[in-house]
Amino acid sequence: MNLHEYQGKALFAEYNLPVSKGKIIYSADEVTDACNEIGGTSWVVKAQVHAGGRGKSGGVQLINTPEDGIKFAEKWLGNNLVTYQTDAKGQPVNSILIEECTNISQELYLSAVIDRDSQKIVFIGSSEGGVNIEDVAKNMPEKIIYQGVVYGDKSLPDSALNIAKVLKLNDIQTNQFISMIDNLLRLFVEKDLSLLEINPLVITDSGDLLCLDAKVNIDSNALFRHPELLEMYDETQEDPQEAEAAKNDLSYVSLDGNIGCMVNGAGLAMGTMDTIKFYGGNPANFLDVGGTATQERVAKAFKIILEDPDVKVVLVNIFGGIVRCDLIAKGIIAAIKEVEVKIPVVVRLEGNSADKGSKILSKADIKIDSINDLADAAKKAVELAK
Amino acid sequence: MSILVNKDTKLIVQGFTGSQGTLHSEQSIEYGTNIVGGVTPGKGGMEHLGKPVFNSVYEAVEELDPNASIIFVPAKFCKESIIESAEAGIKLIVCITEGIPTLDMLEVKKRIDDLGVRLIGPNCPGVITPGEAKLGIMPGNIHKPGSIGIISRSGTLTYEAVKQTTDLGFGQSSCVGIGGDPIPGSSFIDMLKLFEDDDQTEAIVLVGEIGGNAEEAAAEYIKNNVTKPVISYIAGQTAPAGKRMGHAGAIIAGGKGTAKDKIEKLKECGVHIADNLVSIGSKVAEVLQR
Repeated sequence: MNLHEYQGKALFAEYNLPVSKGKIIYSADEVTDACNEIGGTSWVVKAQVHAGGRGKSGGVQLINTPEDGIKFAEKWLGNNLVTYQTDAKGQPVNSILIEECTNISQELYLSAVIDRDSQKIVFIGSSEGGVNIEDVAKNMPEKIIYQGVVYGDKSLPDSALNIAKVLKLNDIQTNQFISMIDNLLRLFVEKDLSLLEINPLVITDSGDLLCLDAKVNIDSNALFRHPELLEMYDETQEDPQEAEAAKNDLSYVSLDGNIGCMVNGAGLAMGTMDTIKFYGGNPANFLDVGGTATQERVAKAFKIILEDPDVKVVLVNIFGGIVRCDLIAKGIIAAIKEVEVKIPVVVRLEGNSADKGSKILSKADIKIDSINDLADAAKKAVELAK
Repeated sequence: MSILVNKDTKLIVQGFTGSQGTLHSEQSIEYGTNIVGGVTPGKGGMEHLGKPVFNSVYEAVEELDPNASIIFVPAKFCKESIIESAEAGIKLIVCITEGIPTLDMLEVKKRIDDLGVRLIGPNCPGVITPGEAKLGIMPGNIHKPGSIGIISRSGTLTYEAVKQTTDLGFGQSSCVGIGGDPIPGSSFIDMLKLFEDDDQTEAIVLVGEIGGNAEEAAAEYIKNNVTKPVISYIAGQTAPAGKRMGHAGAIIAGGKGTAKDKIEKLKECGVHIADNLVSIGSKVAEVLQR
């Protein structure tokens, strides 16, 4: 689960990490009060969306009067912001973070992820901040440090020191940085983060470290122990079909093609998409209907797939394991009737009682192409989608 | 021979009396697996599926002397369950549950490594040695005792590989689903080692998917250490970057972990690639020239 910048910064503040004084607003009426409360003569206004690249797309602006802030709010609130990280539609802006203005002397980069190879939390630091870190990794790998850390380990200050050297911090900043790493790691572990990124981490003109941005991802599997974080979930930032699917415990990702896919198991779902492509077609989605393809789940899956107007045919691929294919076949027929599916449906059943299942499908009073061989089923779907 | 499990496996089930535990234990017993008992806290002393139930793994170990455990408990309790089992002296643990927090798995992995315990999963279909023992949720009937070792990150995709090798008459020595999570208990490499040393295994099928670099690491290992032919299929060739495809581990992040990269690396290291999901079996036949 992603957090907005303002939510991430609230967590940062909770963990004694240096962030700018700021206020979140939801309507243009609130701008003047917010600016007065923060104080000063200039501010930064930042559209809150779950995507990077906001600055280059006009989603971040320096303002010298509250009136400019009101204009900014009127322009963005209720509209979508398109950045290089969003799709063409963009992400809806429902809130704006107003912050005091910071005079920056240098921009750095700091992030933390769980590294699969070393099976540790790894901090990534670079003296090159404010830019795409992947470009730095590619073009100037010597300017990046990857430092594995262990929570509760006594060597943490040494690890922080290693990163501080690459960031070329002075003694005062290094001291700030050591406690910063300690706090960030505590935040990472206590709140079950999967990613934490501060880009840029800045050195202000007074020589202090400040977290100017905050990107925080939380491990969705751990939300059961963080009701306070679950409250920060912003459904408006999700693809509506994907959000609807997630509510029903279905895993769905929309794609550009026209062959709808319904498969049990994530790996087989990807394999089915690949098979469609192999035979010259284009999958419209990834959909894992889960281990138990009951009528209820299949019906919900059909509904979600058919929301996509491009879908011309649906390929159902179920490998019956513990659940018998004859029961699945009955569920599919009932679901097709319930949802009133009007486009062609190709069904491939394999595994437990597959023959019985196919017989039930071919005898059904609705038209279903029941094909047991996956290659033939995929070819049929590709042909019907043309 | 086979790997990990066989006729001598004495299994306990953690989360024995729950709906998943019950369903799959029934199927496993029917398959011939020697389930000696189970654990459900608070239900110690009762009998379930004709087997004794204990409150803790320690008690079950004391009474039954099992050598393997399978876990069906809910994700939020898995960390404690796996560690309890490992500390009680069980040397092979299979965890089926999906959705365990990644930080829990970091802790678990460190603990089991320190104790020298083998963990398969989590978020996996389990392990089967056809005709001998089934520790998992896979359909027993598609398997057949034979010569192909199968390792996979995905459940139903494993079944495809199994079905195809059964239909062509090869059968399987053992099949292991290592799971689709970012921090799995066992890696491809751990399983490759075992299959390489197993007399019954003639060839190995490695079913991978996008995300991470487990396949690349496996490829490197195969090049230097595996003499048996390895056939691989990689799922997710059409998956877009940045989108998580169901499994927590299946995401192309920062341009890394694409199917194309993995396939190239595997080829480079002498692995035979089945370029299509439906041709895994025929690729095995081609490589073994049968």
